[in-house]
Amino acid sequence: MDVAPAATEEWPGALFALLKSHGIRQVAFVPDAGHSHLIRRCEEDPDIKAVVLTTEEEGIGLMLGAWLGGERGVLLMQSSGVGNCINMLSLATLHRTPMPMIVTMRGDFGEFNPAQVPMGNATQTVLEAMGTLVRRADHREDVVPTVDATLRMAFNTFRPTATLIGQRVLGAKTFGKE
Amino acid sequence: MAMISSGTLDRRAVVNALLAERGELAVIAGLGAPAWDITAAGDHPRNLPLWGGMGSAASIGLGLALAQPRRPVLVITGDGEMLMGLGTLATIAVARPPNLSIVVLDNEHYGETGMQRTHTGAGVDLAAMARGAGIPRVHAVRDEAEVAPLRAAIHEASGPLFAQVKIKADALKLVLPPREGAYLQARMREAILGPQAHLA
Repeated sequence: MDVAPAATEEWPGALFALLKSHGIRQVAFVPDAGHSHLIRRCEEDPDIKAVVLTTEEEGIGLMLGAWLGGERGVLLMQSSGVGNCINMLSLATLHRTPMPMIVTMRGDFGEFNPAQVPMGNATQTVLEAMGTLVRRADHREDVVPTVDATLRMAFNTFRPTATLIGQRVLGAKTFGKE
Repeated sequence: MAMISSGTLDRRAVVNALLAERGELAVIAGLGAPAWDITAAGDHPRNLPLWGGMGSAASIGLGLALAQPRRPVLVITGDGEMLMGLGTLATIAVARPPNLSIVVLDNEHYGETGMQRTHTGAGVDLAAMARGAGIPRVHAVRDEAEVAPLRAAIHEASGPLFAQVKIKADALKLVLPPREGAYLQARMREAILGPQAHLA
């Protein structure tokens, strides 16, 4: 497993409140340690459809379908999942669909696992190459305002947007090797 | 051009029958021939024919079905498109929207790229995969007589439902829908949500 934010961290709960205040009704995700608190809150909320995916690209389709039917969706994923979404992001550009993404970074800041580095290093580049507006949150106090901006830009300007929550916020897992 | 498929049904006749008296039905069509098929049946504001995003048709249908739980939602796609997003069958089975139906027009070939054989022509059984995923209603359709009951089941909305319809591998005349995606999205939103769709 990866690194989950400590239970004492306030930003995961504040992110949930933010999703509620933006009227988010569909939350799609592949289970992720960095998003675990937020996912649990979404699963417990009767007004949110928490949809577990087999691969992140399903979340892109899901957000298009939600928007067609008048609901707002958001996709939670890890940086590796961004790689699974690349071609599907054409759907957002083609249809002008709001598609906010909240991405927890791996391979980013003090990474231990070499396998996480190639996609982590490419995450912002490939999102931007597919037309996504990307903003980073590398300090815990930046997480909520940055995600707020990501949600606003998605739904106000009809496009894919993403906040990358840096590994500096989440911490790097070391597999017991310090 | 006729390639060899184990199916005998005519794809356009099947789609015409499924979309007859469509009521409140919203339709997503996978890229390629299924998009031409739903257009040949009569373009409609509650049609979203896809021009890309191969493998996404079923997940788009899922998002729409969850957002519009009282409306039947039908995804019509091809075997090649479905094979690219098979995991979505599991996602749909777990999310379990009763109003979502996935109909795969299975000609056992990739039509748009020159009629190369797909895995369904080599024995892969999509209906069995849907059952294995846990989709509660699965139809394997080979005869014309099974099409009307499938249409009725789609409108019954007691699924999710998956249907594999074995069709001939004919390359038919192209009947192209509009290809401006923003227009296709906006017209469906307006048809479902009214003019306030554009003020959201």
